[in-house]
Amino acid sequence: MGSIKDKVAIVGMGCTRFGELWDQGIDDLIIEAAGEALQDAGMELDDLEAVWASTLRSGMSGTVVADSLKLRGVPVTRVENHCASGHEALRNAVFGVASGMYDRAMAIGYEKLKDSGFPGMGVGRPPHPALMQFWTAPTGFGFIASRYFKFAGLDLDRGREILARIAVKNHANGSRAPKAHLRNVITLEQARSAPVIAWPLGLFDCCGTSDGAAAAIVVRAEEAERRWQKPVYVKGIGLSVDACMPYFRTGFDYLGFEASRNAARQAYAQAGIREPRKEIHLAEVHDCFTITELINYEDLGFSPAGKAWQDVLAGTFHADGELPVNTDGGLKCFGHPVGASGLRMLYELYHQLRGSAGERQAGHPRVGLAHTLGGPPQVSCVVVVGSERD
Amino acid sequence: MNGILRYGAYVPYHRLSRGQIAAAWGGRGEKGERAIANHDEDSITLAVEACRDCLEGVDRSQVEGLFFVSTTSPYREKQAASLIACVLGLKPEILTADFSHCLRSGLTAMELARTYTEAGRARSILTVFADTRTAYPGSALEPWFGDAAAAFLVGQGPAGVLWESFRSTSHEMMDVWRTDEDRFVQCWEDRWVKQHGLLEVVSKNTRAICQTAGLEPGEIDRAVLGTTDPRTHRQLASQLRLDVDRQVADPLLDSVGFCGAAHVPLVLAHALEQAAPGQRLLVSAYGDGADAAVLRTTDHLPRARGRKCVSGHLSCKGELPNYLRYLWYRRLLEVQPPAPLLVGSSATLLWREREELYRLVGSRCRSCGEPAYPVQRICLRCQGRDEYDELPLAECRGKLFTFTLDNLASQADPPLVQSVVDLEPGCRIYTTMCDVDPQQVTLEMEVEMTFRRSRKAEGFYNYFWKCRPVR
Repeated sequence: MGSIKDKVAIVGMGCTRFGELWDQGIDDLIIEAAGEALQDAGMELDDLEAVWASTLRSGMSGTVVADSLKLRGVPVTRVENHCASGHEALRNAVFGVASGMYDRAMAIGYEKLKDSGFPGMGVGRPPHPALMQFWTAPTGFGFIASRYFKFAGLDLDRGREILARIAVKNHANGSRAPKAHLRNVITLEQARSAPVIAWPLGLFDCCGTSDGAAAAIVVRAEEAERRWQKPVYVKGIGLSVDACMPYFRTGFDYLGFEASRNAARQAYAQAGIREPRKEIHLAEVHDCFTITELINYEDLGFSPAGKAWQDVLAGTFHADGELPVNTDGGLKCFGHPVGASGLRMLYELYHQLRGSAGERQAGHPRVGLAHTLGGPPQVSCVVVVGSERD
Repeated sequence: MNGILRYGAYVPYHRLSRGQIAAAWGGRGEKGERAIANHDEDSITLAVEACRDCLEGVDRSQVEGLFFVSTTSPYREKQAASLIACVLGLKPEILTADFSHCLRSGLTAMELARTYTEAGRARSILTVFADTRTAYPGSALEPWFGDAAAAFLVGQGPAGVLWESFRSTSHEMMDVWRTDEDRFVQCWEDRWVKQHGLLEVVSKNTRAICQTAGLEPGEIDRAVLGTTDPRTHRQLASQLRLDVDRQVADPLLDSVGFCGAAHVPLVLAHALEQAAPGQRLLVSAYGDGADAAVLRTTDHLPRARGRKCVSGHLSCKGELPNYLRYLWYRRLLEVQPPAPLLVGSSATLLWREREELYRLVGSRCRSCGEPAYPVQRICLRCQGRDEYDELPLAECRGKLFTFTLDNLASQADPPLVQSVVDLEPGCRIYTTMCDVDPQQVTLEMEVEMTFRRSRKAEGFYNYFWKCRPVR
C-alpha cells in the first residue's frame, strides 16, 4: 500500500453553525459551508473542478450540491459510509487531486436531521425488519458500556463518573466554540444525575442530534506551498470497514472496534507515526457517546487497553492536557450532523494547526488526528494532518 | 396403541390479580388471579410455546400433522398452523389445519387427530390449543378470562393416555358469540345461558357417554369439566353427581382463568400431571354443543409429560404492576405510537429467510467450526465459502453477554432490554429480553429463547425470537 503523505493540502475550510436549525434547509447549509470554504481559499465556485459530497440521508446523489450551488459541468459524487461519510468525501477529493486529474476539489458534508420529527438519531441504514427492528444508536454503545465497566473493573458509580467527566470536558470545550450546538457548561453532578437514555448511558452521555454542514478545499501540496499561507497537509488517511456484524459476532468483546484500530494503523503507517500519544498533538475523535470517546483513546493507541479511564481522571485529554481531545466540543457538543461530522473535525484541526482557533487555541500543535466511527457493521476512518511539509 | 403420546402447556408469565381489576373499577375483588399474555404474545406465540413444552425430547420428524385450535387466531384469513409448523421445524409434507370459532373445538380436534392417526393416515398429529379472548373492560367476565395454551401429541406409539369413548352433541343457541365485527365477547342473559346451555347440554351429553360406557360417577377417578366460573363449576359437578373435592380436577379458574378453546385441554394437562397410571378420566367441554371423552391412563403416563407443563408454569409468574398495563398489553388503551425509527417489513424477505427467522437456524462452518447467526455463506473466521451445516438455536440456552436498558427504542413499555446472548453452541445473537423486570437483568444471567410477535408492519404481524430468563 502506498502513502498519501504530503501530496495534498487543505487550503480552505467552511463550517455552518451546528444545531437545531429549524429555519434552514439543506441548500442553506450547503451554500453557507461551501461559501466560507471558497472564501477562505480565495476561490470562486468556477475554480472547482470536482466535488465529493457526503450525507447519510439528506438527499440522493450529487445533485443536491449541484442544485444548491448551481454547478454546471462539474462532477459531483455523493459518498456514504455511515458516520465516516464526511471523511470519505475528503478522502475521495484528496485522491482525486493526488491522481493529477483535478487541481482543485471540494469535499462537502451536510445533514438535516431535524426535519424527521424524531428527537433521537434513529438508525442510519435500512435495517433488517426482524434482526434489527429495535436497534437504536444508543443500543450498541450501551452494550459497550456494560461490558467495558466489567472489563476495566469499574463499578457502576465509578464507570458513570468516568463517562460524566468526559461529558463535562466536552461541554467546557463546546462552550468556547461559537458554532457549536451545545454551548452550556455542565457539572459532574448534572451529568451523573441526568435521565437514563440507554442504561448505563444517560442524557449527557449522548451527542447532540444536529443540522449542519462543513466543507474543505484541497489542492496539490506543492501548489499549496507556493500559493497559500499556512496550508494544512494531509499526512495519512486510513479507512477500514470490518466485516460481518461484529455487534452480533461470536467472540466480539464489546471493548473497542477493530475498524478503528485498523484505520489508525493505516494512517499512522503513512504519516510515519510510531508513538501516537507523543507524536499527535491534538485529536478530534468520534464521541457519539462518552463511552465511545473512552474506548477510542485505547483503539487509537493513546491509552493502554482497559486503562483509558485512568487518563480521564488524570486530565490527559483536557484542552490544556497532554493530548487535547475534541477541543471544539466534539460530536457531544459541537453536534453530529452525520455527513458533516468528519469535515467538522478537520475544520477544528485546520484552525488549531494554523493558530486561528481563538480562545480554544491549544498551544502550537503541528500534528492533528481526526477519527470517525460508524455502524453497525463497523466502519472507521482516521485522518492525520500536519502544519509542516516534510 | 393410539392415544396421547405427549402433552405440554404454556401459561404466560404475567398475572393480574382480580383485586387489581377491582381496584381499577371499584367493587369487591374476587379471589385469585388471571394469566395475561404479554404485549408481544398472541394465540400463535402461545401455541408455539405449548408445542415446544410438549415436544421436548421428541423427534420432530415423526410429527405428521398440526392442528391449531383457537377462537382468537391473529388472522381471519391465513392459516396459523402453517406458521407454527414452520417455527417448530416440522417437515413440510404434513397435514396442517386451523380449528376456530367454537369453544369446545379442543376436544373435537383431539378426537379427529386420534381417529385420523388410528386409521393409519399419519403417525402422529400435534394438536395445540391457544386462546386470548377479551372481555369488555369493566365487565363481569373480565376477571374470569385467562390466556393460556396446551398441546397434545396424539397418535401411534407408547401412549400415556388411551381413549375409551367419545361423544358429541350439537346444540344451537346464541349464548356466547363474537360477530365478524366484535372485538369483545358478547353474551345473552347469564342465567339462561347457564341453565339451558352449559349445565343442560353438558349434563345430558356426559350422562349419555357414561351410560354407554357403563360407567357410574363413582368410578371416575378424575373429571375435567370445562366451566367458566367457580359457581357453575360446582353446579355442574353436582348435577353429574361428582364429588368436587375428591373427583373433579382443579378448573384453574383461580390461577389462570377461563381460557376459551384452550381451557379444557389445559385443565386436562394439569390433571394428567397429577394422575397415576391405570386411572379413568372423564373430560367434558362445552360450546355450541358438548363433547365428552372417557380416557384411561397407562404405565407410559409419566413419560408423556412435557417440560414445564401446567404446574411448572403456574409457579413461574410475575404480577403485572397495575390494570392499566393490562389494557395497554391488550391494545385497549391508545398510547403514544412507537418512534418513527421502527422499520417496515417485507413478506418476501420473511419468506426467503423463514428458516433463519422462524426456526432460528444459524450456521456452523464445516472447516473451522465457527458458529454464526444468521446463516453466513462466507465463514467469519476462515472465509470458507458455502461450506456450513445448519445450526438450530431455538432450543439452546444461553448467557447474557452484554445488555442495555434502552428508553429510546420503545416509548410505550420502556425500557427495552436490548440483549446480546451467547447461545450454548457458542453462537452469538442480538435480540431483546421479555418477561423480565429490567432492574433484575445482570451480565451472564442464563436465558432461553421464546417466539414472540414483535409488531405489525406492512399490514401483517411480524414475529421473531426474543430471550427470557430461565426460570
